[in-house]
Order: sequence, then structure tokens, then C-alpha cells
Amino acid sequence: MIDVNRDGEVWVFAEQHNGQLEDTPIELMSKARRLADTLGVKLAAALLGDNVKGLAAKLVHYGADKVYLVEHPLLEHYQANSYAKAIFDLVHKYEPQIVLYGATITGRDLAPRIASAAKAGLTADCTDLQIGDHTTIKDGQLHKNLLFQIRPAFGGNIIATIINYDRWPQMATVREGVMPMPEPDAARRGEIIEEKAELSQQDLPLEILQEHKRPKKVNLKQARIIVAGGAGVGSKDNFKLIWDLANCLGAAPAATRAAVDLGFIDGDHQVGQTGTTVRPNLYIAVGISGAIQHQAGMSQSQKIIAINNDPDAPIFQVAHYKVVGDLNEVVPKMIKTIKEK
Amino acid sequence: MNDDGTVNRAALPAIFNPEDLNALELALQIKDKFGGKITVITMGPPVASAILRDSFFRGVDDAILITDIRCAASDTLATSYILSCAVKKVDYDIVLCGRQAIDGDTAQVGPQLAEKLGIPQITYVEELIELNGRTITARRNIGAGWQQVKTALPALLTVTSEANEPRVAAAKKIMKYKNAHTPIEVEQKIEAENSGADEADIKALAAHKCSEYKQANLLIKQWDLDFVGADLNWCGRSGSPTKVHRIQSVVLAAKESKDVEPNENGISEMIHELIEDKTIA
Repeated sequence: MIDVNRDGEVWVFAEQHNGQLEDTPIELMSKARRLADTLGVKLAAALLGDNVKGLAAKLVHYGADKVYLVEHPLLEHYQANSYAKAIFDLVHKYEPQIVLYGATITGRDLAPRIASAAKAGLTADCTDLQIGDHTTIKDGQLHKNLLFQIRPAFGGNIIATIINYDRWPQMATVREGVMPMPEPDAARRGEIIEEKAELSQQDLPLEILQEHKRPKKVNLKQARIIVAGGAGVGSKDNFKLIWDLANCLGAAPAATRAAVDLGFIDGDHQVGQTGTTVRPNLYIAVGISGAIQHQAGMSQSQKIIAINNDPDAPIFQVAHYKVVGDLNEVVPKMIKTIKEK
Repeated sequence: MNDDGTVNRAALPAIFNPEDLNALELALQIKDKFGGKITVITMGPPVASAILRDSFFRGVDDAILITDIRCAASDTLATSYILSCAVKKVDYDIVLCGRQAIDGDTAQVGPQLAEKLGIPQITYVEELIELNGRTITARRNIGAGWQQVKTALPALLTVTSEANEPRVAAAKKIMKYKNAHTPIEVEQKIEAENSGADEADIKALAAHKCSEYKQANLLIKQWDLDFVGADLNWCGRSGSPTKVHRIQSVVLAAKESKDVEPNENGISEMIHELIEDKTIA
């Protein structure tokens, strides 16, 4: 158990596989940088693996003041037990006040195991993090500068702000894609602290027999323009309209969960709470009613065009351009106008 | 909702969490193929016994309800601690959990339970590949692909909806188990049937009824925190490091918006505006 420690650093778990950093720890860096600055403490990355020292400079470029580097042959491939043990030992030694993980499958496999061992709090799948104060109702005690762990709950219908004030570190996993990628600054300098891990074969209970990588068919997070279709598009054949509009805009085609479930398009294209969270310059929502779960994944787009024949569709509440009409007429007109420009 | 931002679960109907049904189905498939005994454990208010009856309808051998007012307001850490105390009282080779619950979506209880039991975890399981003597091999989702991993038993698996289609309840088993009850339900029933009767009489009658249920194999086990031997410091609110600071209903931000006529003029104007402000290159 780690006591409340006001001078503790802010940490980000720098998830890497095969020497490649994941996007989420980098996305987390800009937010974590702000948290650390607000608290007046250092931002550190915890980088584990075998022969991964080369990634440390990159983490500094993205905002880390320090990198705790743990290299060990037994850390070459991720496993919950070995990684949890190595991070738990680090946390125990340095007592950071905040530890953040990407809410990737690895992050969600790993973080609970560390939280359980440290008997610390952990909030899953946060969409925002802030620093703030909390007064306990029971005794009126003021707890200053806590980590506000903000996340949707109950299907996205409420937003909960979770805190932990009596046992630290404050830990959270953070949803992929909800924070913008920072720009790297190659001039930034940081400190690399090499740490030893005490590991044996006993810490590797899993034998990884096979691994099959399947690259995503589309990179929605990087797309500047997204054209998304919902159940209202009607059929897989008619979904060609979405592809056509996307093609002439150089945009990425996307879909709601309903459209994916109906087989209109592959699940890699799904935007929303259980899909990808996106924030493009332009999001064109075609035949999408705008369930809260879908909005959770796209409402932060810079500009939103909604096309729907139902004027009461909830998607219009977040749209900048509201086109009430038949998508089968509106979309071809859009394609024509764009081609003529 | 309670004053502290936690949910008053006793006021909600108990539902079977969807991915827990996938975990249960995997258990049933293992039993069909290799034999063994399935025990279902749930923690919740007395109404959660409905889940356990449903489990009997689908083919489990034993069911345990952990119910205790001192469990209230438990976060994932406290919940996994209480569950670990109960699981330790049961003989097990494999612990199966749903990947995540549909209310909190945390996916934390499984790995935390594995840590507390000191056993390996295989999370995000999509398929059981092999169960062989003292090892288990499964395919798990790793986001951009999958991996096949093998580990020695005992082990904990968290199961995704990809793993299987849960079977429906069997009519014969519904007939057999529809009257399965927890002691607390038996007592409530007797209270309702004998309103105004002396409390001691009701207790005595309930105890008698419970032994009848037990003989008929229709008594669902009901455990409290004392029985599972849990340290109360690690249960409920005091065992939960995470607290609710605030909850807000989602209010959709009203945005500055334009109504666009669905004709050529309206669409052309919109597209040109977006070209002008460089949204469209």
C-alpha cells in the first residue's frame, strides 16, 4: 500500500510490442504533461522490454522528463505477470502519485493486476483526466489536487468523475484516440534511469505458442475526413454511396455499430464507444440516428455534417450542418458538387 | 442512485451480464467434453439469486450467492477481494469470468481476481483450443490480431462474446429448478405467507423449510462476509480506493448549426463553405 504522496511524479506506461511504441502512450503524453505541470512535478514514462532503449528518446520528445527503462530478456514479450511485477516494484520504489495506462487490451490486462497487488484504485477507460479538489461529504475534509478520472458509465448516459484520495497511486486506463497526438520536439532533453527487474521463469506462466498480427484495414484515427454510414443506408449495396463519397473526398469510410452488425462494412471501420474514437476535421454522418454510444466516438470532430430524413434524429444535436433529406438524393448531389469544384 | 454516487443495486432487477453467459457457456462446453463440476458464484443483493436459478436452468451443478449489506459500494478491488475469499472455499481448476460487465465496462475484476488467487490469467479469450491434463490453451484477442497461449492449471480466463453462442435454458431443468431458492428468499416467502406472525416462529419455520429445500437439492447457497472469512477492511466502501466525486447526465452541447436545404443550391453552398475554410482540401 502506498500512502498519499504529494511530490510523486506522473507516470505513463509506455506500451511497446516488438520494439514499436503503441499510439496510446503517446496520445497520453500531452494530457499527462499538463497534469504534471499543474501539479508541479515531473512526467515520467515507464518503458519495459528487451533492447528498447532506443524508444526512450522518443518518449522524451513527446513530453517525458524522465524515462524509467527496465530491460530484461524475460520482458521481451508482454505477459501480465512479469510486467505487473516489474512495474509494481518500480511503483513501490518511486511512489508516483499518478500512473496512467492506455486502455488497450494490454493496458486492461496489465493495470488491474498491478492495482490488485498495490491495493490501489484503478478507473477503467477514462475519456478525460483533470486535476481538482474534493471535499468528503462525511467529515468535510478537503483533498486538494486529486486526479479526476472522468469516464462515461451506464452505456454513456452518465459521465462519472472518479477519485481516490486515501490510497495511492491514482491509476487509470485511458481510452484510445480520445486525446490528440502531441507533436514531437526533437530538441527536448530528458533523463533516462535504468532499472533492474528481478524476474525468473516463474514470472512467465504463459507460453505464447502463436501470434498472428492483423493490421487494421483502415486508420480512422489519422483520417482528416471521415464519411460514416449507419443502418439508415439500408443495405451493403447501398453502402457504396459511402465509399464513393469517401473516395472523392480522400476520406476514410466508417460506420456505426448497427451498420457493422448488419454486415454493411467490416468492424475495423466502426466508430463509437465500442469502436474507434475519432476527431477528424470533418465527419459526415449519413443515415445515422446518433445513439449516445456512437456520439461518444465522434462528437469531438471539428465539423459535423449530418444527413438524415428524420428531423428529430439525435445526431442533429451535435451537427454543424443539418441536412434533413433522403440520403440517396443528398449524397449523389454532394459527390457531383465536389467533382465539379 | 445513492447519495455517494454509487448505484442502489437492490432497486434494480438482476440481469445476467452478457459476457458472463459466454463464460458460463464455455464452462458448460468444457463439462460436456471433459466432465467436471460447475459452480456459479455471484455477489449481489438477494434479487441476484435469479441469475443463479438461470444458471441451473442452463446446466450448472452448484450456485452460490454472496450477499451481505457490507458488500455495498464495493469497487472492482473490493469486489475481486470478496470473490477471491469465496473462490478459495471452492475446489477449482479453471475460473471463468465474462470479459466485462455492461454497466461499468471495466474488465478489471477478472485480472484482479486472478492476482488475488495467485494464478495466471488469460484475458479476452475467443476460443478454447485445448484442455489437456494440467494445462489449458486458448486463443485470445490482442487488438490487432490474436495469440494462442498455454498455461498450467489452475488459471483464470476472461471470455468475450466472440467465444460462443450461449445455449438457452433447458425446459426439463427449468421444471426442476424453478423452485430453487436462497435461504433469504425462503424466509421472505414465509414472512409474506404468515404476516403478523411472531418473528421467532417465522425463523423456525424458515429453517425447517430450508432443510426441506436442501434435501430436494433446491437450496441455493448463500454466503456472507463472515462465512467467506473476508477482512472487512478490504470490503465495501472502506475496501474501495475509488470513490465517486461527481456524476453528471450527458448533456449534448448545443452547437452553432446551419440548416442545409437538401437541394443542389443548399449542398453546393455547404461544400463551398467547407472548401473555403479549408476543411475540404
